[in-house]
Amino acid sequence: MAAAPPVLRVRNLTVEFATDAGIVRAVDDVSFDVAGDETVALVGESGCGKTVTGLSLLRLVPEPPGRYAGGSIELAGRDLLALPGEALPAIRGRDVAMIFQEPMTALNPVFTIGTQMADVLRQHRGLSRSKARAEAAAMLAAVNIPDPDRRLDDYPHQLSGGMRQRVMIAMALSCRPRLLVADEPTTALDVTTQAQVLAEFRRLQQEFRTAVILVTHDLGVVAETCTRAIVMYCGSIVESGPTAELFRHPRHPYTRGLLESVPRVRAERLPELPVIPGRVPDPGRLPAGCRFADRCSRVQSRCRDARPPLQPVGAGVPVSVACFNPW
Amino acid sequence: MVTLPPGAGTGPLLDVRGLRTYFPVRGGLLHRVVAQVRAVDDVSFTLDQGTTLGLVGESGCGKSTLGRTVLRLRPATAGQILFDGTDLARLSPRELEPWRRRMQLVFQDPYASLSPRRTVGQTLREPLDHHGIGTPTSRRDRVAELLDVVGLSPAVLDRYPHEFSGGQRQRVGIARALAVDPDLIVADEPVSALDVSVQSQVLNLIRRLQVERGIAFLFISHDLAVVQHVSDQVGVMYLGRLVELGPARRVYSTPRHPYTQALLAAVPRVEGSPADRVLLQGEVPSPLRPPPGCAFHARCPRVMEVCRHEAPVLKDVDGPGAGHRVACHLY
Ligand SMILES: Nc1ncnc2c1ncn2[C@@H]1O[C@H](COP(=O)(O)OP(=O)(O)OP(=O)(O)O)[C@@H](O)[C@H]1O
Ligand SMILES: Nc1ncnc2c1ncn2[C@@H]1O[C@H](COP(=O)(O)OP(=O)(O)OP(=O)(O)O)[C@@H](O)[C@H]1O
Ligand code: SF4
Ligand SMILES: [Mg+2]
Ligand SMILES: [Mg+2]
Repeated sequence: MAAAPPVLRVRNLTVEFATDAGIVRAVDDVSFDVAGDETVALVGESGCGKTVTGLSLLRLVPEPPGRYAGGSIELAGRDLLALPGEALPAIRGRDVAMIFQEPMTALNPVFTIGTQMADVLRQHRGLSRSKARAEAAAMLAAVNIPDPDRRLDDYPHQLSGGMRQRVMIAMALSCRPRLLVADEPTTALDVTTQAQVLAEFRRLQQEFRTAVILVTHDLGVVAETCTRAIVMYCGSIVESGPTAELFRHPRHPYTRGLLESVPRVRAERLPELPVIPGRVPDPGRLPAGCRFADRCSRVQSRCRDARPPLQPVGAGVPVSVACFNPW
Repeated sequence: MVTLPPGAGTGPLLDVRGLRTYFPVRGGLLHRVVAQVRAVDDVSFTLDQGTTLGLVGESGCGKSTLGRTVLRLRPATAGQILFDGTDLARLSPRELEPWRRRMQLVFQDPYASLSPRRTVGQTLREPLDHHGIGTPTSRRDRVAELLDVVGLSPAVLDRYPHEFSGGQRQRVGIARALAVDPDLIVADEPVSALDVSVQSQVLNLIRRLQVERGIAFLFISHDLAVVQHVSDQVGVMYLGRLVELGPARRVYSTPRHPYTQALLAAVPRVEGSPADRVLLQGEVPSPLRPPPGCAFHARCPRVMEVCRHEAPVLKDVDGPGAGHRVACHLY
């Protein structure tokens, strides 16, 4: 469907964790492609496996307790899951980079921002010490941090939450990876900074043809930034397709519920915000049939007996949905 | 002096006056203080029991610092923090201790705020044990109830923070704050790590806690839709100062400050496209060297000559009864 060839081809990816409560399958048989000119959104409820999917694309899932239980991740033609461990550091940062959901855990508290950014630039782009510092300052400016030169000498704790997040974004962008996995990169940002950062993503993508996977729960951001969206529930894809089509006509009851529960600025505030009733089932105790059945308003008896497979909806619409009774 | 019981209804629960928090910036060979970051600069507001003040503003404008200073997790450089009539800014750490139970913080970064070596059950019990709340058996029930309130299953009790997703961890943080039945919760971006459907559940929960338990919230968020849903009052911060403060309904229906107007116009919408949005131009100024005059003047679409050299002060618009105040020379 996409014009450019896929940079990333994920097939039947399955990731499990060993926990005290038994094996938890965090990612369950997930397949998708991302082309070089695409920004693809990964959305879904907390705990549905977005971060673990993202981490897998850098082979960063902690092993143990995690385990790649199956599938393949082809990045620029090579299967990451088949590569020897020694080959990974060179790929991370250069071929695929990640912006982490929690910036404090990714920044080293004992080094200044400037030192950390310059290290990455020297390692991946072979810049000299002074060039790396100048480039680091330019990247901070690009993500709209005031006083970039002085900020380079700050330690992570001296920055506000949103600034730390922007530093992470600047670091990831500075290496110009082929694929950028951005895990909730703008959730800590206010609307104006967010708009600037998203504009920077778009610019980067056009200039360097970086493919971007944007993990977010902000459907407004998805609508504006992503060409395609993948909706996950309980470790599996339940719907995927072009963003505009998905938002105009959500077919999976879960996608529809998500769209309805988005808090929006309204003329009058509602007494209660609409929510999807119930909660995500425990990963250790998943229902046998459709995993959304207990919360679904369109549930039928067959939904409880078998799991609906992810299938194209047909009629020339490039949407796939895993539901027996779609809208 | 007679100390009034909580919620005696004489005056606000929290009355913040002229609060300032500055951070020294060191430099040079001698590591001297060469400048000050004015993270919070002359902020005043009041908060009644069981109501919520939503605080919005750009990244780095001082929201978290304000929240932490109010709780005295940071020293105030100047100003008063009257909590139930007592100025917390003047209390020693020992004198503060009894007040701590009445004020709780929900953090922006749930990962950094939960101990990695404690199970969820231990984390939720800790404040109950620390403040001697209930009997050992009732504490167990209380922990189960707290999990239920935030929508987590009792199966998670023996799990550690790293075994959770970001959103699940944030719910543990909220449950921990609720454990001691506080009067005031400073919630610093409590739902920005949550996906939309859980976000809505938590926001409905916060509304319920306000009404049913009379908890007051200082609710920090950059998400205007989220703030609208929970707030009675809204304060808009820019570079350490409140530039607009008023009843939520008024601020949303008739925003007065050009910055507030720009923020509301910049909200990404599910129905929208980037072209529909009006974006602010220009750099966010540095809190180290705040510009002269109105701090917003370099980005303001309605800037006038006076804005470049005279700092506007908060004043009433729509008459004193409306409680809607704006710091802008247009008014
Ligand atoms: N290190 C780990 N050990 C055990 N279980 C884990 C681990 N990391 C993740 N999980 C489990 O895997 C599932 C998916 O988690 P993941 O972090 O991918 O969720 P997410 O979709 O990113 O959620 P959020 O929106 O809250 O960040 C969750 O049920 C989580 O509890
Ligand atoms: N410990 C510290 N030392 C020095 N400066 C600090 C410290 N903490 C915060 N600051 C500075 O104070 C200003 C306000 O930061 P604060 O964290 O309050 O912003 P915020 O409004 O919460 O932003 P965000 O939305 O990004 O979380 C920033 O310029 C920040 O760099
Ligand atoms: S005071 Fe002037 S510069 Fe500041 S917001 Fe008002 S009009 Fe704009
Ligand atoms: Mg995540
Ligand atoms: Mg903050």
